[in-house]
Amino acid sequence: MKLGRVIGTVVATCRYEGLEGVKLLVVQPLDESLKPDGRPQVAADATAQAGPGELVFVVASREAAQALPEVFVPVDLAITGIVDEVALETGPRRQQPTARWRSPASKD
Amino acid sequence: MYIGKVIGSVVSTIKISHLEGRTLLLVDQLDLGGKETGAYDIAVDTVQAGPGDTVLVMDEGNGARQILGLDPGAIRTVVVGVVDEVTVGG
Repeated sequence: MKLGRVIGTVVATCRYEGLEGVKLLVVQPLDESLKPDGRPQVAADATAQAGPGELVFVVASREAAQALPEVFVPVDLAITGIVDEVALETGPRRQQPTARWRSPASKD
Repeated sequence: MYIGKVIGSVVSTIKISHLEGRTLLLVDQLDLGGKETGAYDIAVDTVQAGPGDTVLVMDEGNGARQILGLDPGAIRTVVVGVVDEVTVGG
């Protein structure tokens, strides 16, 4: 799953069967510091409660359709949750490796 | 699967039922030298990993559904191990 920001809505009247009633939203993918990363995409809203401006997380590929009430639908991106808080570790725990790493690229 | 570092967590109240009661971790993929690459995933924790931990991440839907006991299940990325040691090219 990745973070994204809902930036718009999509209306499509004529749809493939099974997609009736599924809310479609335009989502801007974000990197881990919540900056835009890549092109906006259209996601099906599996929470049914997301709206423009909200920070969400999305699941891609085949798992997207599994988030919806009808599982066999042509969907490859779905909103699976609305983010309350992203707690990013920035202190020494992030810098200190917890695994011994032996490779030509590291001097450990 | 890939080796990553837990760089944080995500808190969410409104989410799909498959994610209820599960811990969501932000995991940054590591390169061959053990450094963060900036490529990240939000993964479901199964091993009580915490911030700073070097972890093993599985990014595949069928495996995720199998170990979490979900069908259908809209989860693809799961933290499945805590890494103690990595040796590459030696």
